[in-house]
Amino acid sequence: MADALATDPGHKAAPAKPDGATAALILSDGTVFWGRGLGAARTTVGEVCFNTSMTGYQEIMTDPSYAGQIITFTFPHIGNVGANSNDVETATPHSLGLVLRADMTDPSNHRAERHFDDWLKSVNLPGISGVDTRRLTRRIRDGGAPNGVLCHAPDGNFDIPALRKQAAAWPGLEGMDLAAKVSCTQSYAWDGSTWAFGADDTEGYQPAPAVRHRVVAMDFGAKRNILRNLVALGCEVTVVPANNAAEEILARDPDGIFLANGPGDPAATGAYAVPEIRKLIDSGKPVFGICLGHQMLSLALGARTEKMHMGHRGGNHPVKDLTTGKVEITSQNHGFVISEGTLPDGVEITHRSLFDGSIEGIRVTGKPVFSVQYHPEASPGPKDSHYLFQRFVDLME
Amino acid sequence: MPKRTDISSIIIIGAGPIVIGQACEFDYSGTQACKALKEEGYRVILVNSNPATIMTDPGLADATYVEPITPSTVARILEKERPDAMLPTMGGQTALNTALALAKDGTLERLGVELIGANLEAIEKAEDRLLFRQAMDKIGLESPRSSLVSNDEEAQEALKAVGLPAIIRPSFTLAGTGGGIAYNIQEFEEIVRNGLRLSPVHTVLIEESVLGWKEFEMEVVRDNADNCIIICAIENIDPMGIHTGDSVTVAPALTLTDKEYQRMRDASIAVLREIGVDTGGSNVQFAVSPETGRLVIIEMNPRVSRSSALASKATGFPIAKIAAKLAVGYTLDELDNDITGVTPASFEPTIDYVVTKMPRFTFEKFPGAEAKLTTSMKSVGEAMSIGRTFAESLQKALRSMETGLTGLDEVELPVDADGVVDRAGAIAALSEPVPDRLLRVAQAFRLGLTVEEVYDASSIDPWFLRHIAAIVAAEEKIRADGLPKDRQGMLELKKFGFSDMRLATLTGQDEATVASARRALGVTPVYKRIDTCAAEFPAKTPYMYSAYEGDGLNEPECESEPTDREKILILGGGPNRIGQGIEFDYCCVHAAYALSEAGYETIMVNCNPETVSTDYDTSDRLYFEPLTAEDVIELVRVEQRNGTVKGVIVQFGGQTPLKLANALEVAGIPILGTSPDAIDLAEDRERFQKLLNKLGLKQPDNGIVTSSDQAEVEAARIGYPVVIRPSYVLGGRAMEIVHDVTSLRRYMTQAVIASGKNPVLIDGFLSHAVEVDVDCLADGTRSHIAGIMEHIEEAGIHSGDSACSLPPQSLPEAVIKEIRRQTALLADGLSVKGLMNVQFAVKDDEVFLLEVNPRASRTVPFVAKATGSPIAKIAARVMAGEPLSSFDLPTRDPAHVAVKEAVFPFARFPGVDSILGPEMKSTGEVMGIDKDFAAAFAKSQIASGTNLPSSGTVFISVRDGDKPEIIALARELSKMGFLLLATSGTALTLKEAGLRVDRTKKVLEGRPHIVDNMLSGHVDLVINTTEGAQAIADSFSLRRTALTHNIPYYTTVEGAKAAVKAINAIRKGHLEVTPLQTYLSGSF
Repeated sequence: MADALATDPGHKAAPAKPDGATAALILSDGTVFWGRGLGAARTTVGEVCFNTSMTGYQEIMTDPSYAGQIITFTFPHIGNVGANSNDVETATPHSLGLVLRADMTDPSNHRAERHFDDWLKSVNLPGISGVDTRRLTRRIRDGGAPNGVLCHAPDGNFDIPALRKQAAAWPGLEGMDLAAKVSCTQSYAWDGSTWAFGADDTEGYQPAPAVRHRVVAMDFGAKRNILRNLVALGCEVTVVPANNAAEEILARDPDGIFLANGPGDPAATGAYAVPEIRKLIDSGKPVFGICLGHQMLSLALGARTEKMHMGHRGGNHPVKDLTTGKVEITSQNHGFVISEGTLPDGVEITHRSLFDGSIEGIRVTGKPVFSVQYHPEASPGPKDSHYLFQRFVDLME
Repeated sequence: MPKRTDISSIIIIGAGPIVIGQACEFDYSGTQACKALKEEGYRVILVNSNPATIMTDPGLADATYVEPITPSTVARILEKERPDAMLPTMGGQTALNTALALAKDGTLERLGVELIGANLEAIEKAEDRLLFRQAMDKIGLESPRSSLVSNDEEAQEALKAVGLPAIIRPSFTLAGTGGGIAYNIQEFEEIVRNGLRLSPVHTVLIEESVLGWKEFEMEVVRDNADNCIIICAIENIDPMGIHTGDSVTVAPALTLTDKEYQRMRDASIAVLREIGVDTGGSNVQFAVSPETGRLVIIEMNPRVSRSSALASKATGFPIAKIAAKLAVGYTLDELDNDITGVTPASFEPTIDYVVTKMPRFTFEKFPGAEAKLTTSMKSVGEAMSIGRTFAESLQKALRSMETGLTGLDEVELPVDADGVVDRAGAIAALSEPVPDRLLRVAQAFRLGLTVEEVYDASSIDPWFLRHIAAIVAAEEKIRADGLPKDRQGMLELKKFGFSDMRLATLTGQDEATVASARRALGVTPVYKRIDTCAAEFPAKTPYMYSAYEGDGLNEPECESEPTDREKILILGGGPNRIGQGIEFDYCCVHAAYALSEAGYETIMVNCNPETVSTDYDTSDRLYFEPLTAEDVIELVRVEQRNGTVKGVIVQFGGQTPLKLANALEVAGIPILGTSPDAIDLAEDRERFQKLLNKLGLKQPDNGIVTSSDQAEVEAARIGYPVVIRPSYVLGGRAMEIVHDVTSLRRYMTQAVIASGKNPVLIDGFLSHAVEVDVDCLADGTRSHIAGIMEHIEEAGIHSGDSACSLPPQSLPEAVIKEIRRQTALLADGLSVKGLMNVQFAVKDDEVFLLEVNPRASRTVPFVAKATGSPIAKIAARVMAGEPLSSFDLPTRDPAHVAVKEAVFPFARFPGVDSILGPEMKSTGEVMGIDKDFAAAFAKSQIASGTNLPSSGTVFISVRDGDKPEIIALARELSKMGFLLLATSGTALTLKEAGLRVDRTKKVLEGRPHIVDNMLSGHVDLVINTTEGAQAIADSFSLRRTALTHNIPYYTTVEGAKAAVKAINAIRKGHLEVTPLQTYLSGSF
């Protein structure tokens, strides 16, 4: 792809700045995208990825799996429905900011509690608008997800050479254990159930049904909606830190163990978590993993993982259930994947992506252990894969 | 699952003529379905009475029946063809209703024909309001409170439950015909009564009003493995209460949280499962309360629809094609996404732009019709636009309408005497559901109303209002400061979607000045691709739209990637309207096909989402853009960066592209075929007369005037009646036959509005003349008469509204020879390269020239279907430089007869007179084809919805001039056993001729009168000719009653004669059904 922006001679001189630019996105190769700043006035550095969902931006920004990442929204208008206190996946977002095509407008939705820009400020997230996000997306598609610096400077002063250095110096997600940063540090009980629409008095997060099973969830950066889905099916959920030992987990005598999603390089996190997960598998208890949890499970089973060219991020990804032949439209957010051909005997591939054929789900033959790469809890995204939670619960019956 | 091998032949039912609510989107879907099934090796049988469709091109199906789409005709086709399956979901409500009738009466079972795509039960469940409601209750989806009633008393009971305002929806009517919103008890009773009558099952649904709620549509596709995908979510800017076909809509949905969106997605899929749509596409409509978010389901269509055509064009996902393949057994994951070529069809498209669809109305064509929008659809066409933001998309949509808008143009809103906003008046104006409401919204902002005030009055979601307010604010700044002098400032304005023309208006300059200032600053659009996936995968299909991008410092990224080939651009016709519809799209599509075959790269430019021309595989490259000089020239400039642009075809898309010819020429862009100057010559009365004098051809006496006084002098000289019209119009807009000086004066005050600065033309009117249409091909040295059509109605009725016969039925050989001679002279005189249409009037065997159009005409597809000669394709290649001699042209008239009949939208416009005149009113056409005229005409009448009686009572009332002629006709009807009924004068004539006739009163003579007779069901056929304003006014209620009660009605003696012939043919027995392929030796 011809990229005029990257041809600035030697990236030495700071490029001219358009009038009124209050934010810049500087990629590690020196490319600068100018725009208008929004959200918090600060600078962040991370991997620049894109997400193709057209709804659910607040859930996306609060998904802990985006730790270390600056998110480009391919859909131009973001912020339309404002922000509210319900559509959040974690208390403190770990994503690093957002890149938008269009300026935000005031929200218009009966669920909106505040302007999305206010919310971004309140959670200290910077953003930039006015960027040709399609160009950026094509660049990520063709060249892989680059590292970059997002700088929101209301005074319009940018030290571009310094920012370029900062972008180039960032080590990248590979080898980075981010789960440790976003995981809870102490175990806690989660009892919130799923959302339901209805008349005024019944709309909202529903009361938990009677408890039938006890589940311990290893928190690598869990999205709340996973926990809510477990509660909705009668699970008492205890969330434990990523570095919890298998013995501690098993001491809680759970009926099943859940391996949560999360950010970063599974191999790095696996360094301490994999031995524990092996013991959990050996315990014979049902184990269910999602996203990073799926990758960790695979590592524990002996497979390898690798960084993807640009990852899967969006709400329209088709996944085929190889056991039924059915296609699910799934919500996805991952930049690492199980390496083809590295799964040992006795582990069956149950799901594959119809976009690129990559491995999307596995199960262990003869053991109540399975996992998926995508997000059956959705939030945001389609709920086609909710059946997986039921499958987990059924294993605990 | 792979495709089914237990079936080998499939019949597809088309949608028939273009009517309001069923336009060329069903040609688009039907064409895709035919291609998809043929590609799979099935024998495809098609029935569609509309000759202007691409789907009825003989090459698209194995057997193409241009026959009436009625259960009995289709049953005969089934008997003859014995197909294994019927696909009823591609032809709109017409196809669905026909299939339903054939399933219910046992025909399908008897003949072993399986319904695929939707079964009987599913269709009934979706279409029957009560069954639908029950099904929704079962899956826990809330509907508006409602009850189904079948009489007035039940309606009153229902009203108590739902309250006013109440929505009334008749069961089983197309696009909500006969439905409405009642705000008071009187309206309520009126609409209910009308609805009960129009409903074929005589039931209406009385429903809780969700007026002002947000309206959404979901386009869903399901396969037989129960994989369900949402192709597109469409949000209506116009809130509930306005038919979605009449609403401005956007895609994707813009004001939903993910939780709300997923609820709607889940609900849509649940609906398909419950209704039992096993394979194919459906449309599900919802209303959402803006205050509480309460979601109710409105309806679903278990078939492809106008919205699915829109969704296909908006996302690049070909719903109809995929639906056809799913119907024969494939699952979504077995089918490819054509746009990326690397991903399967089993995914949900995601887009990175905003699509706006805007309806096009023609209320001005129907004096007396109230320009108010309701739940019954009134628009005749639509444009779609694509922009990176809503503002850009909206402003592109506005200029795509071709109603003269260049953006959010100013409109009048009530102000008080001091020129200050009358807030109450402005708010009242905003609350009215009218076609130009968004312009009123903009005007209200100019007058200082707030978003909250506008929202309260209009119920348009504030999100959209704020963008409109922002556009208005930007306009105010431009007015105050003038155009920006820097690149960045200019770029920011263009990103807002402002056209050069609008900027020119705002700054008091001309468009060229703004355009050159803009280009001097280096501000030009880039082209982005529609790729179904928001750039996640590379797009291999060049389907593009323009946008302004970048920061003003660096070159923005353009994805057009023009090739190094020799290319030809074809400019389409824009939104459908009366006078410019599917016929022109047919021509453009044929040009694309022909020029691709000839080795050129074809590039289509159009903004009509309903059409075949905007299908991504019709041409090599597709630009979905407004047809304005600015938008077209910019994309040509990009195409010129690589390869050569051999030229542009502007003569195939109707008036729309022709209007751009001058601007293109000025820009140095070559125009293929007949020169724009020759086209102008034919339109310019003075220049044209000089040519005629040179060629020695005769016209009715005529003159050109620019004032009312002049008009009176000229009309007196020529002698009344005269035909009067503004120059440069299509479809006879504002054309009238004027009988006296009073009418002339009234006309002149209106014509000036209609024609702007252009002069008004006055022609002597030839009473009782026969009108003839001729389509001709010419290559600059040689010409070829492609078809001569004799009108059945006499001269004076717009040619688009007249029935006509090919070959002519009554013209002597000498007259035909003379017509051929004159046509050839004109082709030569105008140096026509391509197509030319000539209209003649023949009076007493003398030939008068009425009009010449050296471009594609409305009759081109009809001539092509009737003669089997692909004249649009030949013309396109001739325009590209090939001589006529290189084509195989038929030398003789066909041995069969084809009759074209027009179809009218009067039923949609209560209170409008259905009388025909020189201004075109029809929306579409049908063709009847058979061995002789009588049978062909009979078929044309049946196909256009006229139920010719074979017995019963004929009412006859004719003007004095027609009385001698009517006797023979009345005698023949009497012999056939018809009872005759007539008003005094006509009755006397018939009695004197020795015929038995009953007398009835005229409407003004007291009761019971003829309308009472009709209302009581005692009249089966009406023959009524009138003359003079008074007589026409007097017979208004008669025509209206005939229309609303579907009583065949003939307003000319010639039409009546043809009808009698047709009745004779019907009485002789079944009309034969024969595929086009049998009539035509050649293939297209």
